[in-house]
Amino acid sequence: MTIVIHAENLTKRFGQFTAVDRVSFRVEQGEVIGYLGPNGSGKTTTIRMLIGLLLPTEGKANVLGYDVVQQSEQIRKRIGYMSQKFALYRELTVEENISFYAGVYGVQNRNRLVEVLDLLGLRTLAHERVDELSTGWRQRVALAAAIVHHPQLLFLDEPTSGIDPTARRAFWDLIYALVEKGVTAFVTTHYMDEAEYCTRVGIMRSGKLLAMDTPPNLNTLYLPGPVFEVIAQPLLPALNALSACPGVIRARLLSDHLSAFTTPDVNATKLKKAMRDAGFIKARVEPSEPTLEDVFLALEAS
Amino acid sequence: MEALIVARNLWKSFDGMDAVRDLTLQVSGGQIYGLVGPDGAGKTTTMRLLCGAYLPTAGEVRISGYLLSKQPEMARAQIGYLPQRFSLYEELTVMENLRFFAEVRGLTSQMWYPRSLEILEFVGLAEFADRRAGQLSGGMRQKLGLAAAFVHRPKILLLDEPTTGVDPVTRQDFWQLIIKLSLEEEVAVLVTTPYMDEASRCTRLGFMRDGKLLIEGSPNELKAPLNGRILMLRGTPLPLLRDRAKEDPCVEDALMFGDRIHLRVKGGTKKIELARLKRAIRKAGGEVTQLRLIPPLMEDVFIAFVKTEEEKSTTHIEA
Repeated sequence: MTIVIHAENLTKRFGQFTAVDRVSFRVEQGEVIGYLGPNGSGKTTTIRMLIGLLLPTEGKANVLGYDVVQQSEQIRKRIGYMSQKFALYRELTVEENISFYAGVYGVQNRNRLVEVLDLLGLRTLAHERVDELSTGWRQRVALAAAIVHHPQLLFLDEPTSGIDPTARRAFWDLIYALVEKGVTAFVTTHYMDEAEYCTRVGIMRSGKLLAMDTPPNLNTLYLPGPVFEVIAQPLLPALNALSACPGVIRARLLSDHLSAFTTPDVNATKLKKAMRDAGFIKARVEPSEPTLEDVFLALEAS
Repeated sequence: MEALIVARNLWKSFDGMDAVRDLTLQVSGGQIYGLVGPDGAGKTTTMRLLCGAYLPTAGEVRISGYLLSKQPEMARAQIGYLPQRFSLYEELTVMENLRFFAEVRGLTSQMWYPRSLEILEFVGLAEFADRRAGQLSGGMRQKLGLAAAFVHRPKILLLDEPTTGVDPVTRQDFWQLIIKLSLEEEVAVLVTTPYMDEASRCTRLGFMRDGKLLIEGSPNELKAPLNGRILMLRGTPLPLLRDRAKEDPCVEDALMFGDRIHLRVKGGTKKIELARLKRAIRKAGGEVTQLRLIPPLMEDVFIAFVKTEEEKSTTHIEA
């Protein structure tokens, strides 16, 4: 497999503050990488270093075979970058915006313009001004502008912040369509459920990459054991009882029921018995699907 | 339980643009009502209408029985409001900030101190009482914001995207606090969020889009129609699996995720019909490693709802 991104101990310090702290990872062609972390965890700074907009303080990175420090121009020709605040000309039309970016990247073929408009379902909106579009549609225009020059690698910085689930779904279908053609996507997000769209997920906190793996592997590697939903009343005493059950690592409230992850030796029957012994005779315990949020909480507990 | 927040047929227009359209909702004590929707859906405008910062173009708001337009002071005294960007005095300590908010809310000099200690203990900031607000982390600021909004023990809490952009662990802690307030103090909580996975923590949910409340219900009520209808399909190659699945008459929708596909099948789909899909995939050269039922997500609920509505409106036009 071709490695398209190779980062080794990539570090960026701004004065005393370490924004990105010895981050190392590899990305293969055709992957969809989710780079997940809260605001200020170093996601955007990582991208900026990878596309050569920001010099690393330490460490090195290679993107599409080019060094990010020495050969950033080569990299920028071959990648597409969609930033959080899309760089679109709001008073220009959809077509004018895409045509502008085609010019910037030296795309000569006029057919490509039509192709991109079609691919993103923007044909009928070609002559609309960008500032008259909804956020969801504007996001598509920004994606169109980012792919007009056939990039092999796409960096998408929080591409779906603030759009509704149907528009987000449509956006992801477009990303998958590009990936089917061999494009690699590197996507930052602070939505944990969005990271589920990715083939591998990197978890960032305070500049450090805590883990990077497929969602099922993250579950098995970082979750100490199974996750359960517990239905018992009254909730607050039940939460205390559940926290005290043998093997429970972390118990939490989910509005009208409880959730807990446990050590591997616990099963639903055992947990139910422990809850009943604690006086919650009607307690129900069901195994639940682990989420990335559980993984996050487990990483914190470890 | 009596409804503490009642909004009836609320409208708000700005320069002829309807930001909120005919919105009706109720929140009782002990309920956590989640208003979910994309940017620009009208969530913040709704919040501002409910706390009296905006006057509605039409409709009425009752807070604990007081009509907001007639008795605004009485109504507002019942509300704790945490705006999306709330301001703290950076130069003042945590305790000094709380004192300020407590006194603005009319707590006497005997009352504010014990109450502040109590609320700081509750939000987990007791040991930081003397730290300057400017030196708090993002998560701690949010907790201080919650403490300030709740210092006068309001019956109603309005929280505008309190967890956007904060880390998952803080988000988790924050929600534990909100749920406890609703359970222990029977507060009526209205919270807006762009996060679908957060929605399942609410006791009641409303989806907003284009100023309208599209659907409303408890998470279980909303998910009920999809129970037993969402399946996870794993195997290779994924695009082939998706295309075959879409051709199957039982499959209403096939959504790709990173390493799997979520299928939404027609109600009452039988095992034998799923076996047919597996065979079709194998015949086309694909491989199925897993096909099993999973519980529906709020996102599935929303997408299914919007699709059905769109289909309805198309049939309507055709008819």
